Amino acid sequence: MNALLSLVAVSILVALAWVGGSVASLRSVFGIVVPAAAVAIFVVGLAARVTRWALTPVPFRIPTTCGQQRTLPWIKASWIESPWTRAGVVVRMALEVLLFRSLFRNTQAAMTAEPIPAAGQDAHGAAPAARGLRRLVYGEEKWLWLAALAFHWSFLVVLLRHLRFVVEPPPAWVDAIAAVDGFFQVGVPVLYMTDVLLLAALGYLLLRRLVDARIRYLSLLQDYFALYLLIGLVGSGVLMRYFVRPDVVAIKELALGLVTFAPVVPATVSPFFFVHLTLVSVLLAYFPFSKLVHMAGVFLSPTRNLANTNRMRRHVNPWNYPVKVHTYEEWEDEFRDKIKAAGLPLEKA
Amino acid sequence: MADQTPSPETLTQVEYRPRAKNWLDPHVEFRRGTFCYSALPKSLKALDLPNPREWQPFHRDWKLPPDWKAIILEGMKDRLDRFRSFRLFMDICVRCGACADKCHFYLGSGDPKNMPVVRAELIRSVYRRYFTTAGRLFGEAVGARELTEDVLKEWFYYFYQCTECRRCSVFCPYGIDTAEVTMIGRELLNLVGCNINWVLEPVANCFRTGNHLGVQPHGFKDSIDFAVDELEEITGVRIEAPINKKGAEILFVVPSADYFASPHYYTLLGYLLLFHEIGLDYTFSAFASEGGNFGLFTSHEMIKRLNAKIYAEAKRLGVKWILGGECGHMWRVLHQYMDTMNGPADFLEVPVSPVTGTRFDNTASTRMVHICEFTADLVRHNRLRLDPTRNDKWRVTFHDSCNPARAMGLLEEPRYLIRATCRHFHEMPENTIREQTFCCGSGSGLGTDENLEMRLRGGFPRANAVRYVHERHGVNLLACICAIDKATLPPLLEYWVPGVEVAGIHELVGNALIVKGGRERTTDLRGDPFEREAPAAEEEPVHA
Amino acid sequence: MRDRYVILAALVLFFVLVTAPVWYARAAGEKAGGPDVKLPTQEKACVMPVDYMRTSHMDLLISWRERVVRENIRTWTAPDGTVYTVSLSGTCLKCHTNKAEFCDRCHDYAGVTPYCWDCHVDPAAIARSRP
Repeated sequence: MNALLSLVAVSILVALAWVGGSVASLRSVFGIVVPAAAVAIFVVGLAARVTRWALTPVPFRIPTTCGQQRTLPWIKASWIESPWTRAGVVVRMALEVLLFRSLFRNTQAAMTAEPIPAAGQDAHGAAPAARGLRRLVYGEEKWLWLAALAFHWSFLVVLLRHLRFVVEPPPAWVDAIAAVDGFFQVGVPVLYMTDVLLLAALGYLLLRRLVDARIRYLSLLQDYFALYLLIGLVGSGVLMRYFVRPDVVAIKELALGLVTFAPVVPATVSPFFFVHLTLVSVLLAYFPFSKLVHMAGVFLSPTRNLANTNRMRRHVNPWNYPVKVHTYEEWEDEFRDKIKAAGLPLEKA
Repeated sequence: MADQTPSPETLTQVEYRPRAKNWLDPHVEFRRGTFCYSALPKSLKALDLPNPREWQPFHRDWKLPPDWKAIILEGMKDRLDRFRSFRLFMDICVRCGACADKCHFYLGSGDPKNMPVVRAELIRSVYRRYFTTAGRLFGEAVGARELTEDVLKEWFYYFYQCTECRRCSVFCPYGIDTAEVTMIGRELLNLVGCNINWVLEPVANCFRTGNHLGVQPHGFKDSIDFAVDELEEITGVRIEAPINKKGAEILFVVPSADYFASPHYYTLLGYLLLFHEIGLDYTFSAFASEGGNFGLFTSHEMIKRLNAKIYAEAKRLGVKWILGGECGHMWRVLHQYMDTMNGPADFLEVPVSPVTGTRFDNTASTRMVHICEFTADLVRHNRLRLDPTRNDKWRVTFHDSCNPARAMGLLEEPRYLIRATCRHFHEMPENTIREQTFCCGSGSGLGTDENLEMRLRGGFPRANAVRYVHERHGVNLLACICAIDKATLPPLLEYWVPGVEVAGIHELVGNALIVKGGRERTTDLRGDPFEREAPAAEEEPVHA
Repeated sequence: MRDRYVILAALVLFFVLVTAPVWYARAAGEKAGGPDVKLPTQEKACVMPVDYMRTSHMDLLISWRERVVRENIRTWTAPDGTVYTVSLSGTCLKCHTNKAEFCDRCHDYAGVTPYCWDCHVDPAAIARSRP
C-alpha cells in the first residue's frame, strides 16, 4: 500500500513535469521557477534543521564504545573504535561517513536446528550431548552495506559529473572524473559505471523493502517515496543519456542561465529534461524535511562524534540543574540509633 | 522456574516473519510473563513522583491524570530541546533495518515491535504527528500517530522490554542509540506515573537508605562482618573491612547485591581478600552503599539524585579517590554521567595505586577507578601471588556486560585477569562478545519474576552463545562483571544451558590469590575443595 | 560542549560548496548562452536533418565506423537517396572544415571528450601546421 501510494505520487510528479515541459506557457515555470524555488527551500530548510540541532545541547558524553578504552599504557586501546583523541574521533567519523563502518558490521541472524560443530579436541570430553534445541547463528550480511556504499558514492560522482552543465568551461577535473567513470568505453556515448551502479543499488534497496517481510513491515510511505524519486531521477537521466537524445547544448544553456541569474528556456529542450529537472527539484525541496537529512545528521550523532574521554575530562551539561537529594545528614538523623548500635562513627554524636 | 514457563523447545520456535502488515496498530496484550508489575504508590510518594496510585498494566483503566496527553507532549517538547541525541534520533533514521535482528528481545521473541527501529518508531510516530508538518497533514499515511492511551500502553510495554544495552547502536550507520530513546520514553512515562516496581522500589530504597535493597547501616555492617568471618573460615586470615572510616585513602563503592546476593557474595570475598593482601587503606560507606543506580532506568534527574551521595561521601570521608566494584549499569553512570552531573570532583586527587604507584590518568577528572583496572595493574606489576590451578575446575568464558563494553570500553582488563587466574579460558563466538556482546535479557530493571518468560527470551541469544562453548569446550563457568548478570544469568543458564555457573572476576582472583599468613587453603571462596589438575594437563592453557 | 560554532561553520562551508557554480560564474564573468559554433558557409544540408545531427550524430558516426572497419562497406545511402563516402575526415570535415570551431566548440561546451580523435586526424590542422 505504502509502496503503491508513493509510486503513484512520483508518477504524478513525472506527469506534471512532462506537461510542464510540453505546454509552452508552463515551460518557464518548470524550467526556472521550480528549480530556483527548490534550491532556496533546500538551503533555508537545511540551514534551519541543522541550526536547530546545533542549538540543542549535548548534555552528556555518550559515545558508543566499540573497542578497548584508553586505560593502562600496556593495554592496547582502540584509538578509532573507542577514541580518546581528536584525531581518533575524526578518523572514526571519516570511516563512518565515507565507508559506512557501522553498517559494515552487519550480520544476519537465523535459527537453525543444526548441531554445534565439535571442537577439534576436548581434553575433558565433558560436552554433554546436544538437546536438539534450535540455536541462533549469525551470517555475514554485506549486501546492504555494499548497495548503500555503491549508491552514495555513485551519486556523488554523478553529481560532480553534472558540474559540466553549470560551469563554463567545464573544469578539467570534471572531465577527468567522467573519463574514469566511462573508462570501459562501452557504447556511444560511453556508458558510465556509476549509472549502472546507481540503478543496481537503488533496485536492490527497493527490492529488499518490497520482498523482505521484515523490512516491508517497518517501511513507511516516505521510504518508498525517496526510492522512487531517486529511481525516477536516475532513470530519466539514464534515458536521456543513452536512449532519447536531448539537445545537450540547449540544456546547458538553461542550466547556465540559472546559475548566472539570466534564465532562459531554449525551445529545443525536450519535455524529458523537464522530468529530470523537476524530480531533482522535488528531491532538493524534500530533502531538509525528510529522513534524507541523515546526510547532515550523521555528523552530529553524539554516540559517534564524542571521544571516550569521559573520566579524563569533565563534560559540562549547560542545563545541569540542582535536584532534590538525600543528604548524609538526613540519613544520619534517620538511622542515628542504628548507626550508633552498630558501632559506626557518627558526625553528630 | 514457575510451572507455566514454556519449555526451551517451545521458546525457540520463534518466527522472524512479522504477521502484521505494519506497526501502526498500538494495541498490546499484557500477557503473563512478558511484562513487569507497576510501581507501588509508596515508592512514588517517597520520591515525590507524580500520580502515585494503585494500578496494573493489565487493568483497562490506568488512572492517568486527566491532562496526561498534554503532560507527555509538553515533556517531549522539553526533551527535544534539551537532548540533541533525542531530537537527532527522531529526525534521521532511514529505517534501513540493519538494527532489526541485533536486539536480543527481537531475536528471542520474534515480536517485530522489538526491532530497535520499530521501538523507536513507536515514539517517533508521535513526534511526527505533533512536531512535524508532514505528520500533522498526512497522519498515519506517513507513519504519524495520535497519542492515545493505547499508544501510551504500547510505550510502556516496549520501553520496559528494552534493556538499554546499546547493541543496536553499534550497528546503526548513524549511531542511533535505542537506549537513549528508551530512557526518554521511560522519562515520559514517569511523568504520568507509569513505572514498574522492580525499578522504583529499589530507587526509593536507594534514596532513603543509600542502596537498592534498603539495607540499613547496621545491616550493612552485619553483612560485611559476616563476610569477614567467612573469609577467616576459608583462609584462616582475619581481615579488616572498614566502614565510614574518615581519612582513608580510598572510598570503595560496590553494587549492593555484592553484599547481599549470591554469587555476588563470593566476588565481595574476593575484593576483601585482595585488599587485605595488598594492605589497601580504604573504607566502605554505609550511605554510599550502592554503586548501582536504578535512576538510570527512571530518568536523568533520578540518576543525579541517587548518584549525588558518592561524591558527597567521598568528600565527607576525606578520601583521595574512589574505587568501584564489578557492576554494569553502575559503571555506565560512573563513566558517562557522574562527573557531568555531580562533579567536578576537585576535592579528590587523580587516583594513584598505592601499591604500584601507577597513576590512572584515564580517570584524571572523574577520579574513580574500576576494580578490574586496579587489579590488572597489580597483576601486571607482579604484586600478587596467584595460583591459577586453584581455578582448574572451571572452564571459563567471559560475558562482556553491556555497559562496560559499549559505554566504557572495558574489554581487556577482565580478560587479562581471567588469564592470570584461570587455565581454561574459551571465548564465545565473536559476534556475541566485546562490543557485540548480548545482554543477559534482564538489565535495566526488568529482572523480575513476573517478567520471566520475556527474560528467558531476551536472554536466549546470550545463552545460545554460552551453549556453544559449553558443548564445544565444556565451559562450566561464565565470568562477568555485572551485578544484574550475576543475579539473572544463573536462572537463565539453568534454563537454557544447565551446568554452567556464574561468577565475578574477583571471585576468581580471590580463589587464585595466595595470601600471606593463614593456613594452606583447600577450598575456593564458595567453600568447595580445589580440584587441581596435574601440572601436565592434556590441554594447554588456552589463550583464546 | 560548545560545538555549535563548528557545526554552523561547516554548514556555511557546505552551502558555499553547493552553490559554488554560482560564485564561479560571477567571478569568471560567465554569460548564459550557447557555444559559438562556426557552420559551413557553402553547404546548406548535412547528411541527415539538423535536429537529428544535433542530438545523435555520434550514433551515425559509430555506425559508419562499423560499416567501414568491420564490414568494409565504404558508402552510405542517406534517407533522401544521396550516396556518401563513409569517411570522417573526407566527408564530414569536407564541409565542416574547421574542427576546432565546429566539433570542439560544442564538445568543450558540453564537457564531452569523444575518442574519435584518438585515431582520426584533422587534415586542415595538419595542413596549417606545415611550414
